[in-house]
Amino acid sequence: MAVKTVYSVCGMCPVRCPIEAEVQDGRCRFVQGNRREPSIRGALCTRGAAGIAFLEDDERPQFPMLRAGSRGEGRWQRISWDQALATAAERLRAVRAADGGRGLLWLDAGGPFGDLRRAFVRGLGSPNFLTADSHRTVHRAHAALSLFGFTDERLVPDFRNARATVLQGRNLFENVDVAQANALLDGLQGGGRLTVVDVRATVTATKAERFFMIRPATDYALNLAVIHTLLAQGLHDAAFAERWIADLDELRLLVAPYTPAFAEAETGIPAERITALAADLAQAAPRVVWYPGPQLSRQAEAFLVCRSAFIINALLGTIAAKGGLALAARPEDVGEAPLHALVDLVPPVDAPRADGVGVRFPEFVGGPGLLHAALHAVRTRDPYPVSALIAYEQDPLAELPNPPAVKDALAGLDFLMCVTSVWSETAWQADLVLPLSAYLERESVLGQRDGVTPAFLLRRRCAEPRFDTRADWEIVSGLAARLELPQLAFTRAEDIWACQLTGTGVRLKDFERSGIAALTGQPRYDLLREGVTFPTDSGKIELVNSRWRHQGLPSLAPYARKAAPPEGAFRLTTGGCGMHSGGRTVNNPLLHRRMPENVLWMNATAAAGLGIADGETVTVRRGDRSGRIRVKLTEHIHPEAVFVVDGFGRTLPVESRACGRGLSPEALTSVGLGEWDRSGGGQVQPDEPVRVTRD
Amino acid sequence: MIKLDPLRCIGCGACEVQCQVKTRTPAAVRPALVLTAWPPAEDPVPRMTAAFRPCFHCESPWCVAACPTGAMVKRAEDGLVHVVRTLCVGCRACVGACPWKVPQWDESTGRVVKCDGCFERVTRGLAPACVAGCTTRALSHCRPNENVRHVRLMYAKSILTESDSGSR
Repeated sequence: MAVKTVYSVCGMCPVRCPIEAEVQDGRCRFVQGNRREPSIRGALCTRGAAGIAFLEDDERPQFPMLRAGSRGEGRWQRISWDQALATAAERLRAVRAADGGRGLLWLDAGGPFGDLRRAFVRGLGSPNFLTADSHRTVHRAHAALSLFGFTDERLVPDFRNARATVLQGRNLFENVDVAQANALLDGLQGGGRLTVVDVRATVTATKAERFFMIRPATDYALNLAVIHTLLAQGLHDAAFAERWIADLDELRLLVAPYTPAFAEAETGIPAERITALAADLAQAAPRVVWYPGPQLSRQAEAFLVCRSAFIINALLGTIAAKGGLALAARPEDVGEAPLHALVDLVPPVDAPRADGVGVRFPEFVGGPGLLHAALHAVRTRDPYPVSALIAYEQDPLAELPNPPAVKDALAGLDFLMCVTSVWSETAWQADLVLPLSAYLERESVLGQRDGVTPAFLLRRRCAEPRFDTRADWEIVSGLAARLELPQLAFTRAEDIWACQLTGTGVRLKDFERSGIAALTGQPRYDLLREGVTFPTDSGKIELVNSRWRHQGLPSLAPYARKAAPPEGAFRLTTGGCGMHSGGRTVNNPLLHRRMPENVLWMNATAAAGLGIADGETVTVRRGDRSGRIRVKLTEHIHPEAVFVVDGFGRTLPVESRACGRGLSPEALTSVGLGEWDRSGGGQVQPDEPVRVTRD
Repeated sequence: MIKLDPLRCIGCGACEVQCQVKTRTPAAVRPALVLTAWPPAEDPVPRMTAAFRPCFHCESPWCVAACPTGAMVKRAEDGLVHVVRTLCVGCRACVGACPWKVPQWDESTGRVVKCDGCFERVTRGLAPACVAGCTTRALSHCRPNENVRHVRLMYAKSILTESDSGSR
């Protein structure tokens, strides 16, 4: 009857907060944030709170399944793990025999626990290991890469110590990152000031001192005007710029016409408020964070918005500063050894990548890759045939724009396998489904968390699997054993952990206290110092990136004016919410009850002109795509915008609660896999508004 | 008592979900309730107000008086009002009697559930479930007099720092 505390790591969303679980008689009965982790001190979000409801839900894949009917028909044959692993191994062996393994594409959830999976893909001879970052936040990653030579992963907003924070398209208090949300609230209570830029008043906006309800798709104009003001009034950090920034003159030239008055006409934000913001930021510098969020990711100018946001940080000298965009320290930065890399257990692969990164697109080397381009290669067989896709806790069919186009690409595969703990639209199309244990039922390989205080993380199993499911390391080991990769075929998690800890000086015992092995007691803000250079060609922050220029791509581009949508038409914006983590949670019993469907946020005055009443069901149409959804009328959204939370519009009968509820905004997009922003690397929404009509 | 700092509350409902998980109630039953409201937007910055409603654990609880089986009990040691599940017959007299409608009817068990201040957790030295899992640490668990003392101290401090900075 004794109650045991198990330290582990949450898996409800990609943030992966450290948690502690109360376990009694083998049953997990309460989960909260890890009280010994200073950044969260026991806090956990709504989704994390519903982790036990996920664990106890029967509506998830319970045993290995082989497709019985045609793809997507939903007829499955239950098979044993032995049969499942043998089937998968046989198909993968065929891929390897055909062209040395490069015909395999592995789409991964990413995060700190992926090392063994990455090693497995490399071991099979494939260079095509892509993570969720290759579509969700690819613009931001490339924006950072083009400026600093590293991706946004290394930039850690230090909200707790910031004196001024600007959140642009980042709804932090709904789309919660527990540590960041608490850090920002602590910072605000300590006198920090918050500005929120969004097309609608979010919960985040309610905590702000300034709220800019911006005209949709005009964020770049605002950012250019702020840069204009900083430079014109000499408010930028000239010493920092002199030392660390290249091509400032070209930036001056670019922003010369973009005065606050210009931005007012585009964004609807009064010029004097823009000027005042710039002045306040300059005063608070370098303790300023201007953070561009994922909500911008479907804007045509997403890359430029993110880039200009990072440029504002650079001009204010916030890079690597306390209270600014701090740099994530790696173990080697604090004098410790990193985890022994499991990928090094297999030889490197020198085959070119299917997404073209490194060959056609040399400037994206070091970035997260291009999922749409890799899927496009499945269709076109160019640069070479990709015949097998393994999706690990990923649902490209629901998360990428234009589901029919993605489905078409998937249809071209010889083999589609999903390793997943939830049902997904992609899994429904799969040839083989390998059920992953829920995160509370599995342990993971050790994870490395880079940050101002780098640490190693241990995810432990809190309860035994309820169904015939397995942990990812068990699945990978089972496949590796059948595919002549004995060095990756582990039989005990402890052996993997021991291998990873080799040479680090950290012992497994060090995780007992809290599940976390901190590598330093002191936050590090001194990573930009004498002798350090940025990993760009010039060693500086490149306002005009040399590799982009070499490809004929602009890194500083002029602003394109945005016309107001015609009567009855609106710009569609999307984003996350506090209850759900995309499509992964919409069928969770507790979270579904809290938010069973998404609604279309619409400006009340604009709706009145169209005769639309609150709560009515409307049709939203873009080109030949349309869908139906209930409207929520409010004055708290810009009249030219409509908004929906993403992740809804599920179609699977096995998800009885979520099936048929709400609308998928991606289904309204007809952008093809080959259509994307060449500078930023992401698929963007066409500049075509949606029409909203009464049913 | 359980206190909410409305400046930190983001209305995410993690408190309600933690309560449901801990009390093992189905999705439709919510013993704890967090309320948020958006006043009309006169201010250029929209504001959200929030309130948390678990149970007041009244001095003379009407639910206890209304319960015919003695299932609704006020604990002598800490005043927490709770349901003894084995005695509850599901008559719902307490639901009708409570002016705040705190007791909740659980259809799946045919019994009433309500906030018991998580006395079982508190006895083990833990915070109530809603407080333990609060996303932004907006909820806190404190004794009323400690809280009053804390507020008085903070106010006094703020006055002292104000006059201090004024004299500089």
